[in-house]
Amino acid sequence: MPDTALPPDGWIGRPMPRAATRRLIEGRGRYTDDNAAKGELHAAFLRSPFPHAAFRITGCDAARALPGVRAVLTAEDLAPFCRSWRTQSLAFPGLVSPEQGPLARDRAVYQGEPVALVLAASRAVAEDALELVGVEWNELPAVTDVAHALDAGTPPVHQGLSSNLAWRTEFGEGDVEAAFAKAALVVEERFTFTRHTGVPLEARSVLATYDPAAEALEVRMSHQIPHQMQVHLAELLDLPMGRVRVIAGDVGGGFGIKMHVYPDEVAVCAASRLTGRPVRYVCDRIEALMADIHAREHVVQARMAVDAEGRILAFDVDDIQGLGAYSIYPRSSTVEAMSVLRTVGAPYHFSAYRARLRCALQNKVPTGQYRSVGHPIGCATTERLVDLAAAARGEDPLEFRRRNFLPEAMMPWTNPAGGRMAELSHTATLAEFERLLDLPKLRAEVAAMRAEGRCVGLGFSAVVEYTASGPAAYGRAGVPVAAMDTVVVTLEPTGDVVARASVAEIGQGIQQGIVQVVADAVGVPPSRVTIHTGDTANAPHGGGAWASRGAAIGGEAAWGAGRKLQAEILKTAAALLQSTPDALDVRDGQVVDAKGTPRMSLAELASTVFFRGHELPGGVQPQFTATHQFRREEDLFLTTNGLQASLVEVDPDTGLVTPLRHWVVGDCGRLLNPLLVDEQVRGGVVQGIGEALLEACRYDPGNGQFLTGTLADYLLPMADNAPDVTVGHVETPYSGSALGAKGAGEAGTCGAPAAVLNAVNDALGSRGARISELPVTPTVILRALGTLEAAE
Amino acid sequence: MKPARFDYACPGTLGGALALLAEQGPEASILAGGQSLMPMLNLRMARPALLVDINRIPGLDAITLLDGVLTIGARARHADVLTSPLVQQAAPLLIQALHHVAHPAIRNRGTLGGSLALADPAAEMPACVTCLGATLVLASASGERRVPAASFFLGVYATALEHGEMILRVEIPAIRPGWIHAFLEVSRRHGDYAMAGLALAIRRDGAHVAEASIALCGVESATRRQTEAEAALVARGVDAACDRFAHLDAMGGAEITAAHRIHLARVLLRRAVGAQD
Repeated sequence: MPDTALPPDGWIGRPMPRAATRRLIEGRGRYTDDNAAKGELHAAFLRSPFPHAAFRITGCDAARALPGVRAVLTAEDLAPFCRSWRTQSLAFPGLVSPEQGPLARDRAVYQGEPVALVLAASRAVAEDALELVGVEWNELPAVTDVAHALDAGTPPVHQGLSSNLAWRTEFGEGDVEAAFAKAALVVEERFTFTRHTGVPLEARSVLATYDPAAEALEVRMSHQIPHQMQVHLAELLDLPMGRVRVIAGDVGGGFGIKMHVYPDEVAVCAASRLTGRPVRYVCDRIEALMADIHAREHVVQARMAVDAEGRILAFDVDDIQGLGAYSIYPRSSTVEAMSVLRTVGAPYHFSAYRARLRCALQNKVPTGQYRSVGHPIGCATTERLVDLAAAARGEDPLEFRRRNFLPEAMMPWTNPAGGRMAELSHTATLAEFERLLDLPKLRAEVAAMRAEGRCVGLGFSAVVEYTASGPAAYGRAGVPVAAMDTVVVTLEPTGDVVARASVAEIGQGIQQGIVQVVADAVGVPPSRVTIHTGDTANAPHGGGAWASRGAAIGGEAAWGAGRKLQAEILKTAAALLQSTPDALDVRDGQVVDAKGTPRMSLAELASTVFFRGHELPGGVQPQFTATHQFRREEDLFLTTNGLQASLVEVDPDTGLVTPLRHWVVGDCGRLLNPLLVDEQVRGGVVQGIGEALLEACRYDPGNGQFLTGTLADYLLPMADNAPDVTVGHVETPYSGSALGAKGAGEAGTCGAPAAVLNAVNDALGSRGARISELPVTPTVILRALGTLEAAE
Repeated sequence: MKPARFDYACPGTLGGALALLAEQGPEASILAGGQSLMPMLNLRMARPALLVDINRIPGLDAITLLDGVLTIGARARHADVLTSPLVQQAAPLLIQALHHVAHPAIRNRGTLGGSLALADPAAEMPACVTCLGATLVLASASGERRVPAASFFLGVYATALEHGEMILRVEIPAIRPGWIHAFLEVSRRHGDYAMAGLALAIRRDGAHVAEASIALCGVESATRRQTEAEAALVARGVDAACDRFAHLDAMGGAEITAAHRIHLARVLLRRAVGAQD
């Protein structure tokens, strides 16, 4: 059984601001680009201006001759210094994703694909030189539209492929046909989800320094998983892992964008090895929007069967995913689609499920894992069908949900989609949700606004998220991804505690959560705990930041390490105080006796051990550094649940949607720090509102050119697009761990698009408009209202 | 995203600037607030050989109101125009419109002259000066000339400015008694480029619209006085004026079609006229 003895009145659960806040808001953050290396070269990439083209580099001499230029490199130049790679996964047998290298060779298959690299004394000179590289482009037919990518006669995305099908599967359980045959009600919708991308404030950046004498590579980069990069760079550059050090200092946001192996970043490392010079590359915003991973391009045809009592019987879902030109390395893009199909129906009880998935290659940048991977699509699909069913039955949408929520008594339960549901709190969460919203009052407000002629709508979404992936998720797939974490804690001679952790701080505040855990585990105030993350030379191997895993997995490792250190402190103190460990405790930096009376400060104890070791009794060898590695043995994922509501106003003349208010109640298990969780939820909701109303990666339907390469074209939600978000919690600690924390960071993003989509439909329902496309742009609304003609 | 190489000059006098512009002709670009030019330089969409920085030339940002004419120097910052009591008094249309122009940080640097010289079809200021019947005073090494706003804007990023010329100031007839100004706009987010915008000056005789001036932004490739719609509004009312918008030569696009822009222009005209009822 886990050691769950959390101290009374401890630090876990307190809404403390993060210790790093002051440093960051004073502009003292040190991001990758704030570091300079002596003798560094600046890299700029020649990227394909076409979505699909054969090319030949005809001349680099003019570029090389430009003063300040050190090298112009092509795929052939880098090949001796870097292996190629191919995305494979035992989870997706037969996945089609061709070999890739750091630079394209002969053929570019997406716009923005790197084809050559200039190293120069400054970025400006490097960009000047790019214009002098001679390239003969032969544009080829481009496949961008996901709906037609798999049609017979559509040209192949890669030379030599007979189809653009990257992977397909069908799965499910129960008799779907029988369920639909006997259903009293069938609701069906075709959903279109448009590509978008995460936009961290700090773009991807890398500063690679290869030391030819030490035969060692040091890479500073803005990344969510430095240890993963250490593994892959060692492999691709054929170096021992110990001679690759990856350092992610302050990271200005990730959202899943920074958890992949990008060709340009590998090219920079190979270029440093080739030249023996440090090489710096900072991705431009236009490069980022064009060639960072995109996500969420799906066309989903879904139907739901409901019996005469209003109980969900079955789901039948067909998803085509726009995958991009390659399956992203190393985790593969297909993970997103599987997450979509595993999320459909997740909050509810149902008895039959059928999913059909086709992943389509396209001449577009690869897609990958973006915040709340796939869940927002599965959630929007489910919750829209649920609203359609409630409307068809003429009943309240929350009542329909209440009836269909998976009962607590049935859990744990593996649903027909293969999702294992455990320790969810739908009943308690719904009760808290109704309390928080004060629904009778809110509904009266909505009615009053409508009476004034305002076009307002209230929409709900129920959320189940799969968080904190366990070792089997990627382990069974044969993909080298650590689902475990390591934390090392050390008692310093002053009685301070230093922690080194394999979790990654990317702005979400996990460092603060770990500090509070260590403080409670050891028995010191958080002000006496310092934490270091992000440096592979500082912290042993572990998983970094993805799948909302930091608190649930890293937190558990921190607890284990802290408890080991406390045990060692008690053993040593007992020896010095002629007591026994059982009779002592550590509280607020003091060793205390059973009555709580201080007997010795940790500073006295530690300075004795470190500086006056001759005073220790014989045979005592205090181990004031403790390490704990944690992996979860049970539960592939930790499921979390929640409910969201969105109140929006639609201007039916202009088609503009204004979110007025938003509510979230979530159950992410034990809250290590409610302040951090609340703000993660709020930020996630705003990102979900962007997904619902604004963000879209657009391509010209004719020539496949990328159209949204600036932040004037790619519309992010801004402060005045963000409504007040009211957040409530239900705490159902995970029973399989000491802390009981589950994932929290992505829940807001998971449910917000569905709630907004339902709210818009609620607003427009009386006008006969029905919308099933994200983002809900003014054009979408005006077409649905019949004001504008439908798209051709 | 670094600009191509360019030379840079920062003349201290107008004469010095005009001499440089005359010498360099089409190879020179004027740097005022830089809010559009700098991104275009960084994207290498603009590649001038010489940047003539006019920020140190005294007097180019003066705002005066004399004898019924509001004069705004070309380098007047949007933020200064927005907070000028003289502008509030003589051309309230500009104040209304400037709230839609980007965000405070951009308005602190961006200038009226820069916006007019760029002639982005979605920009608010060209529509406003056209609606108000302003006159642009242009200067070159060979002297000054006066161009009515109505004949200044020629197309997307195209104006009557000739090589070697710069906008010196804008002269706007002060609002006359009985007239009302309105500026309305539809954009995806506050501060974004207009999907459609409407500048309206109107005088009523009782409930009847006696005189009107209308200009649009974000709809046609060059803003202009909508004289047909104005006449229809006066003669037959707002529905008739909206009908005239069927003849607009509206810009199309993948995201927003021409029909969409015309629809929005009508919505805005109805709202603007209706709000005055």
